[in-house]
Amino acid sequence: MKLTKSDIKRAVKATFPVFSGYIVLGFGFGIVLHSKGFGVLWAFLMSLFIYAGSMQYVAIDLLSGGASVITMAITTVLVNARHLFYGISMIDKYKDVGKIKPYLIFSLTDETYSLVCTDDENNNPKYYTLVSLFNHFYWVLGSTLGAAAGTLFNFSPKGIDFALTALFVTVFVEQWLSSKDHIAAITGVAASVICLVFFGAESFLIPSMLVITLALTVLRFVRKRKGESENA
Amino acid sequence: MPDLHSAVLVGVCALITAALRFIPFLVFGGKRKTPAFITYLGKVLPFAIMGMLVVFCLKNVSVSAYPHGIPELIGVVTVALLHIWKRNTLLSIVAGTAVYILLVNFVFI
Repeated sequence: MKLTKSDIKRAVKATFPVFSGYIVLGFGFGIVLHSKGFGVLWAFLMSLFIYAGSMQYVAIDLLSGGASVITMAITTVLVNARHLFYGISMIDKYKDVGKIKPYLIFSLTDETYSLVCTDDENNNPKYYTLVSLFNHFYWVLGSTLGAAAGTLFNFSPKGIDFALTALFVTVFVEQWLSSKDHIAAITGVAASVICLVFFGAESFLIPSMLVITLALTVLRFVRKRKGESENA
Repeated sequence: MPDLHSAVLVGVCALITAALRFIPFLVFGGKRKTPAFITYLGKVLPFAIMGMLVVFCLKNVSVSAYPHGIPELIGVVTVALLHIWKRNTLLSIVAGTAVYILLVNFVFI
């Protein structure tokens, strides 16, 4: 695969918004991770091999709380389940990209997906590869720098882990504003609060996810029946 | 704390994340059609899971003990309002976190 200057230029330009986002969020991840006792190497390896922003933020809490393997596994499935659907919509685009395909699939984050799925110009594997590679690099760089800053300056002010809460509130609000149907969002919050009260802070995550999946399944069934009776 | 168990957790997280990214290409790479129920879950789950993650972050906040979750409430409201106003993810996160850090270090001591 031969790269031209214009390929690189185009990829740098396209990934600039991701650059600023990943550096800042990665930096925050590194600092929070360090504040829980995990150093630069952990930040580097997690960002290199997990490479999933919100999941890594959740993982900090699970790691520092010594969660069980089962909790980690189920949480990862549910937090990252959306990737299943990114993949489904990229099957055609990534059909003939060649040997680089496994890497392109591995590095399909929310942000990389948003760049490659909106690219209509030409089906260019070189461009996909560069975009994926650059974004991955920004994320690893940001988080490693964050953990290094934590180590060097002992910089972990009290309350820095609120960055995680802020990230999720931002995404929650963004989703809320971009959708007319809020029932799934409300179901998520309500089911989690109820499970938190019943099961306590240490073990409410798995029950919440089960209740959410069940509630949304029932909701689909009810709406389908309602739709059918309205159409009849 | 960093130990073998943490390393196992990181490994599990990495493997499952990668598996989720590869599964669609392996399962639906042919011509098979995605089941409607899966498509539905893919559409609605992200909304619910994000709500759950917000609750997850605030799980250790105590309403009965000082400072009664007030810093968290102010922090969350700041992030939400800022985001509704500007819709700039970075701004919302950085400013919201800064407000919270100031509150817990200087106001609610």
